[in-house]
Amino acid sequence: MTGSRPTFRHGSLAWFLQRVTAVVLLFTLAFHFLWLHFVNHAAEVTLWGSALRMDRLSYLLLMVVFLLTAAFHGINGIYNALVNEGLSGRARRVTAWVLAIAGTILVVQGLRVSVALAGVVN
Amino acid sequence: MSAPYDRGRIEDFGRFRRFSAGMWAWVLHKATGWVLIGYLFAHIAVLSTAIPAAGNAEAIAAEADLYTRTLQGLEGIFLVRVLEVGLLTAAVFHMVNGIRLLLVDLGIGLERQVQTFYASLVVTAVIVLASIPVFLPPEVVPW
Repeated sequence: MTGSRPTFRHGSLAWFLQRVTAVVLLFTLAFHFLWLHFVNHAAEVTLWGSALRMDRLSYLLLMVVFLLTAAFHGINGIYNALVNEGLSGRARRVTAWVLAIAGTILVVQGLRVSVALAGVVN
Repeated sequence: MSAPYDRGRIEDFGRFRRFSAGMWAWVLHKATGWVLIGYLFAHIAVLSTAIPAAGNAEAIAAEADLYTRTLQGLEGIFLVRVLEVGLLTAAVFHMVNGIRLLLVDLGIGLERQVQTFYASLVVTAVIVLASIPVFLPPEVVPW
């Protein structure tokens, strides 16, 4: 099936992690939507309420896992899509670096937000 | 000698009529993926208002801090609520179709890809329609 796409390295670690993060995201994304739209309504979100949620270690860890898996799955997904469209050579290497840097900034900023929220209650 | 006539976009657009269910599933999975990663960056940017807001205990207690005002201000805009329904649609389709892809990767449902794609669309539509009252203000939702 993938024979026509020589740039898609079926069986690589990135391919495996893309599937693993997909499974994790099925649960974390569904939980996030349910918890922040159906149980708690987005229109009623306050900093104090978010801080109370993030004060629970289990919730904080879940959100960090959510952030890491979503960042990897999304950034690697974009890279795979571009490679499948024929991205190659120098443009491919530059794109990989730009996406890696963007993903790192996303994760670092997300962790900073998590730490800020978790520090409000204490 | 005359230059060849460039049919351009018209010919490209004609290709869409030849798309199969599998190709539409592939296109929609990629498109919703782009929407979701784009939203993730925007979401973290909005949530970053928590960083400067976290140090002001009085404003937090009064629910007048930057984070609360930003999030509640956005939720007060009707267009944002509509876009949230669009985001839910993209997320649900990506998840349901993702389950379908995971199963196909495991060799399950390989010969029923067309039917499972249509099932993904139906499941997405049902979940999104049932969720609309949660996202849109009650005065807008007739049910």
